[in-house]
Amino acid sequence: MSQVETVPQAPRLRGAPGFLGSEIRLTFRRWRTVAMLAVLAAVPVLVGVAVRIQTSDGGAAGGPAFLSQITNNGLFLVFASLAAVLPFFLPMTVGVVAGDSVAGEAGSGTLRYLLVAPAGRTRLLAVKFAATVVFCFAATAVVLLAALVTGVLLFPVGDVTLLSGTTVPFAEGLLRALAVAAAVALSLVGFAALGLFVSTLTGSGIAAMATTVGLLMTVQILGTVPQLSSVHPYLFPHHWLSFADLLRDPVYWDGLLRNFGLQAVYAVVFGSAAWARFTTRDITA
Amino acid sequence: MAQIQPSSPTPDEPQGAPRKPGRRAVRYGVPVAVVGLTAATVGLVPALADTGGPDLPDVTAEELVAKVAGAETDQLSGTVKIKTDLGLPELPGSVGSDGGGPFGGGPDGESEAPSGEKGKDGEGSSPAAPEGRLMQLASGEHTLRVAMDGPERQRVSLVEKAAEYNIIRNGADVWAYDSGSNSAWHTKAEPGAHGKADKGSKEGKYADLTPREAARQVLKAADGTTSVSVDGTAKVAGRDAYQLVVAPKKAEHTTVKDARISVDAKTGTPLKFTLGAREGGNPVVDVAYSDVDFGKPSAGSFDFKPPKGTDVTEAKPEDHRGEQKAKPDAAPGPESFDILGEGWGSVAKLKAPGALGAGSEDGDSQAESMLDGFTEKVSGEFGDGRVVSTRVVNALLTDDGAVYVGAVTKDGLVEAANAAAEK
Repeated sequence: MSQVETVPQAPRLRGAPGFLGSEIRLTFRRWRTVAMLAVLAAVPVLVGVAVRIQTSDGGAAGGPAFLSQITNNGLFLVFASLAAVLPFFLPMTVGVVAGDSVAGEAGSGTLRYLLVAPAGRTRLLAVKFAATVVFCFAATAVVLLAALVTGVLLFPVGDVTLLSGTTVPFAEGLLRALAVAAAVALSLVGFAALGLFVSTLTGSGIAAMATTVGLLMTVQILGTVPQLSSVHPYLFPHHWLSFADLLRDPVYWDGLLRNFGLQAVYAVVFGSAAWARFTTRDITA
Repeated sequence: MAQIQPSSPTPDEPQGAPRKPGRRAVRYGVPVAVVGLTAATVGLVPALADTGGPDLPDVTAEELVAKVAGAETDQLSGTVKIKTDLGLPELPGSVGSDGGGPFGGGPDGESEAPSGEKGKDGEGSSPAAPEGRLMQLASGEHTLRVAMDGPERQRVSLVEKAAEYNIIRNGADVWAYDSGSNSAWHTKAEPGAHGKADKGSKEGKYADLTPREAARQVLKAADGTTSVSVDGTAKVAGRDAYQLVVAPKKAEHTTVKDARISVDAKTGTPLKFTLGAREGGNPVVDVAYSDVDFGKPSAGSFDFKPPKGTDVTEAKPEDHRGEQKAKPDAAPGPESFDILGEGWGSVAKLKAPGALGAGSEDGDSQAESMLDGFTEKVSGEFGDGRVVSTRVVNALLTDDGAVYVGAVTKDGLVEAANAAAEK
């Protein structure tokens, strides 16, 4: 143990829960992370204020999903905001965190110290992935909370009209909003694994982040090309909007289950690819 | 700086184990294996499920038809997938079912609603009105959720990306609700009218939303010109079903190859309906339950009160009846309507108010070349005209303003038009 204590990052390695805990703390203590979360929190506020100003026209048509319902019920700001940040903003922040997870340590020269300790590469990778998934949930929760607060402050709240036209009490609407947020967070797991894999390929955090975010953009653009429609069901963002199916009555599970299945496959494939790469490579920095 | 090699202490590898050159390949084999396994599962499971229909006692076509006709499935809920490949000419601005883009968004369905439909009666052009929405079903792939409880209570939900369109009938009230635009549409149904079943014409079959209605339409048309046979069994929506094949007989010009109806072995409810084109390829229309439950739907499914803040459009009952007749191929306001021929080869003759072909003759060449893009010039004893082709329904627009429409080939249309001209 004396050997470990001489290392600057020593407190990280106090045991399994502490390992994950310190990894999460490390992620959220970064200014970069805080700034990204602040931007995410600003989106619902901006959307809410914009819709509020435009209310005189009798509600906006077009734009992201759920926008027209916000003026009737502030809770819909949650769904509109999630639909607005899900294509790019939200996964971009996940891409930055995931891409930086291993490559950032390598770039700043701290990865070798982590590996000197008897934690094991597999476990280190698992902890990195877990911390990224925690960030997925945290980022979604930030959007949820910001949207909820803005929605309640700016718009009337009350019974919620689901997509099917059924009206449910506000409490159930809130419950569904939580489920929607959980579904959105889980939608990002596959992409997080992809980012982790990219992160193990390079020793430069910036390169890994740029590649991951670039991959996201590329895949999102491919997703809009109609000629590639046969490939679309296999792209990780394909079922992202299925979270809206939680707002149907009864809930339509097809798309949601397909989404979770696809994310699981991505997580396993790129998680194991990251493991194969990370456990067999030479760490030089 | 000394390199830290992967053989450094890790719990799952013995310390100091020598690096085998093959180990990296083996590890990379894991993700590859997962991909392979997934692909195999995705590819093989449906294939295995398809092998061989269930063993069911033999039935004759007559027995099966009687079973369908006698099916009294009043309570049902399920999911219906509709795939249509009519081969309509590609029109600029039409969006596929996949066209929502990453932002999804509700209104992409509205843009598909033909604008001519809205202008027709001036008022009542609510985004929740059913005309345009049902026309959407004529192209692409759609998911519907249906529930019914007796003839008086039905619900059809068109599942869209992050939006939904509902038609709910509960007793005398018919509501339509469009979540994308948050608007509702309301009308009173006549007490005697039992759904759409008795109203649909042959051309109106795309508006029939369940396999049962589609199948009944075809069976009703089965007379001397049609052969009906049983073609084995199949599994549809996890249920055992007989396959009924309805094919045209003695109709050389028809574009329809056959209609296949999968009939639930227990209840006699049609679970799947496909319409095949003579030219082959994907079915023109494929309506099938992906899951179905013959239990009583929850009573709340049929309650609808327009939520606060919803735009409600009240439609007069007359408007509602007019909507039932709206057909994708109908020209606006035909003055006369004749059926030429009979059975599958029959052709409808309409008199359009304005001569479409004549207008472009003296017009600029640009309009004509655009017209050439999706029509074909033909001539015969009837004069000159243009043919608009889809995979099943073809239409001949003559220069003197007559329109011939039918599920027949181009030659069949010309023949019918010639015969009409001789009279």
